[in-house]
Amino acid sequence: MEYEAIIGLEIHVQSKTESKMFCSCSTEFGAPPNSQVCPVCLGLPGALPVLNEKVVEQAVKAALVLNCDVLKVSSFDKKIYFYPDLPKGYQISQYYQPLAKSGYVDIKVKNKRRRVRIRHLHMEEDVGKLIHQKGMSLVDFNRASLPLIEIVAEPDIRSSEEAGEFLMCLRSNLRYAGVSECNMEEGSLRCDANVSLRPLGTRKLYTKTEVKNMNSFKHVMKAIEYEIKRQKRSVKKGEAAVLHTRCWDPERGVTVPMRGKAPAPCISHSDLGPVILDEEFIASLRSQLPELPLDRSERFIQQYGIPASDASILTSSKELADYYEECVKLYKKPKVIANWIMSDLLRELKEKDIGIRECKVSPEHLAEMITLIDKGSISGKMAKDVFVEMFETGEKASQIVKEKGLAQISDKEALVKIVDKTLQENPKVVEDYKKGKEKALGYLVGQVMKETKGRANPKLVNKLLEKKLK
Amino acid sequence: MKLNELTAHEIRELIRKGEVSSEEVTKSVFERIEKVEKKINSFVTLTKEEALREARSVDEKIRKKKKISPLAGVPIAIKDNMCIDGVLTTCSSKILENFRSPYDATVIKRLKANDLVFIGKTNMDEFAMGSSTENSAFEITHNPWDLEAIPGGSSGGSAATIASDEAILALGSDTGGSIRQPASLCGVVGLKPTYGRVSRYGLIAFASSLDQIGPITKDVRDSALLMNVISGYDERDSTSCNYPVPDYTESLISDVKGVKIGVPKEYFVKGMDEEVEKSVKDAIGLLEKLGAKVEEVFLPHTEYALATYCLIVSTEASTDLAYYDGVGYGYRAQSRNLDEMYQNTREKGFGDEVKRRIMLGTYVFSHYDYYLKAQKVRTLVKEDFDKVFEKCDCLITPTSPTPAFKIGEKMDDPLRMYFPDIFTVPANLAGIPGISIPCGFTKKGLPVGLQILAKPFAEETILRVAYSYEQNTGWHRRRPAICDSQ
Repeated sequence: MEYEAIIGLEIHVQSKTESKMFCSCSTEFGAPPNSQVCPVCLGLPGALPVLNEKVVEQAVKAALVLNCDVLKVSSFDKKIYFYPDLPKGYQISQYYQPLAKSGYVDIKVKNKRRRVRIRHLHMEEDVGKLIHQKGMSLVDFNRASLPLIEIVAEPDIRSSEEAGEFLMCLRSNLRYAGVSECNMEEGSLRCDANVSLRPLGTRKLYTKTEVKNMNSFKHVMKAIEYEIKRQKRSVKKGEAAVLHTRCWDPERGVTVPMRGKAPAPCISHSDLGPVILDEEFIASLRSQLPELPLDRSERFIQQYGIPASDASILTSSKELADYYEECVKLYKKPKVIANWIMSDLLRELKEKDIGIRECKVSPEHLAEMITLIDKGSISGKMAKDVFVEMFETGEKASQIVKEKGLAQISDKEALVKIVDKTLQENPKVVEDYKKGKEKALGYLVGQVMKETKGRANPKLVNKLLEKKLK
Repeated sequence: MKLNELTAHEIRELIRKGEVSSEEVTKSVFERIEKVEKKINSFVTLTKEEALREARSVDEKIRKKKKISPLAGVPIAIKDNMCIDGVLTTCSSKILENFRSPYDATVIKRLKANDLVFIGKTNMDEFAMGSSTENSAFEITHNPWDLEAIPGGSSGGSAATIASDEAILALGSDTGGSIRQPASLCGVVGLKPTYGRVSRYGLIAFASSLDQIGPITKDVRDSALLMNVISGYDERDSTSCNYPVPDYTESLISDVKGVKIGVPKEYFVKGMDEEVEKSVKDAIGLLEKLGAKVEEVFLPHTEYALATYCLIVSTEASTDLAYYDGVGYGYRAQSRNLDEMYQNTREKGFGDEVKRRIMLGTYVFSHYDYYLKAQKVRTLVKEDFDKVFEKCDCLITPTSPTPAFKIGEKMDDPLRMYFPDIFTVPANLAGIPGISIPCGFTKKGLPVGLQILAKPFAEETILRVAYSYEQNTGWHRRRPAICDSQ
């Protein structure tokens, strides 16, 4: 019998805010342990939470870019369980009335468009961090009560590839909206996968396993792949599926059973009133949202006439797409700019491991450099080196060309002298050419370039040589 | 008359005129504590040195003719579930035995800003769960009127300290009657404000949707003065109301002409003490004579109030008390592993009544429909009041169905222990304000209290009626003779 995999993802993203969810402690990453805490996020007796409005704004933005219905009234609950990283004995979450419902993310896999539905999206607080060392367990509560957005997708995903694509789309939408960095390695995006199998062509859902501990999209995909294989093997052996939690072991590339948590009971939180949102508030957040990656990519193809593959790379982050459009405003050949960005700029960024925001080459500088090529002041080949220099120093191309004496020699008289000299020094080659050996011309051009250390305008040199050799 | 026997407003006059210093008043209070505290056990923590230091600094301000607030320099006792920076805050529980709060509750900040002098933390039922203060993990508080009787609870320490003149003012908290019932049983004044009137930030929760801080004082004027200091919006408490705070002393007018008083039929029940009933009815008669219009009213859902309250309070308590796990602060029991630590810490750290409520609450919230049903009935109870307050300015009822009972009398019967709350819990369910003032004594010399309830934020109505009654009687001036009789 053929089986298909049914995959549902549960995603937590840390939303970007300056202060924590229910107090004014800083959310800055990397501070000394327990330096960003107060009675509220430490869960001291008597301290009360007060909802940070910014947290609601971010969650609403997330809901909007994931096409969810934002509910006018939502509320907070206490999710009760004991664990040392949880200072209050309960986590503040939204269980009975989440912030948003019924969203979706459209993905494209093997050129087929698929819709992954989102069941609901809600706000909850993060817990502290346990550090185990020298036989002791320590708790750092800096992370306690940082705002999280939990996104629960319907089990619409059928393969690890779709899961990867879904995560990419989700991440780029959330990044575009400025909701979160969505960096799995740093923990600002966490993803658990629920995986089950069912006979192809049937509708029923069967017992699933929940897979945890993946710290990159690649590992999410690998873990899912492994889990599908494992379950298929187990079905073949005639074993009954058991609902349980499994841990992905990235070293061995396998999932192993782990102790799952019993479902925690929830009860409404009476220290926090309901979150009541009016149409105006939601509309104003909607108006702040940027054009989303998919729409922007389509517009780039239309407006700038660039290939779909270029558009998809250029819209992979909002900052890069903004950069591109800045450049296009200054220099009107969109494809030329696209090429420079995709080959040279992205290569340098990757090499230096920095983002476009830290890049020293401004759109003005890039446009100026390309203009220099057009004017014949530098050759395209030379421009590649100039660009590296620009990337390093942040200087303008014209400045670099001037300082390094890189300007192309397009001065006819200067070149004529060198051409004459070259012809005199290579009588045999000249003879060959005259006998009809056309390749000889190339050699002569090369000699002129060598003489000028590559600065001669090659087109002009060609023209001059041809004229002299007639 | 000794200084410690005066009211806050009397002391305020003397301080204002420069006739006494805050230090003298504070010293007189501690002299009294030294004399009677062994018999009463009102306090779990005394902060004598800090109090004297604070008193001297207030005196210094007065000498320098700096502007001071009306209650500056007046000694106050605080129920031990409100956090004071650097002071032990135990909730009379072993689990918080060594918890020294690193921050001030909002009410404490307000009192500090008004230069009141903190003399100590008062005993209570553990985590405010109880009506007799017998559930304290540390000591039994005795009723100053009868040392063999309970002072009521859970703010029993605060009520007893006022009745025995060990403090001039006190703060209590009221979740189901914990200010009003001990005030009634100790013959003093206790006011539970509207839910949201006084910030709960720094009040250690028993049941968040019901808890409210309020004054316990020797007379109605002192309650009004204290309300002026502690009331008002607090951005640290999402449930506090941004509603203007009046000068409550302006409602102290001895005149009830035309005031419409409702007397709910359901509050005169079988099993209540005859003497209590008579005292309250006499009081109503007096108010009528003074010009109030009295009529019988109905609050049909009253009979469900106590059961509803029990469900809600235990559910909230079981989650509000999830804080205490032995990890971050407080008591931690020796254990071999994590699960054992949780179990041992909570088993040994909490007393029986607390554990009883946590278990009951855990049961209720795992059957969530019970909790939802209770919330619905809560709304019905509230609607009963809404309807009645369309035609009445206030309601008058007994505060407690019986006077103080003997220590140990009901400890083996938790259900009977809830009975003293039947007249006080509806106000918490509805979030409305209520006061208890003395309205007589039983033949055995135990105080009887009268409860006045009004609609949300109508503390002024309550204060006016209470003040009028007080001015026309003298019950509040009676003091127990602790040393002579025992």
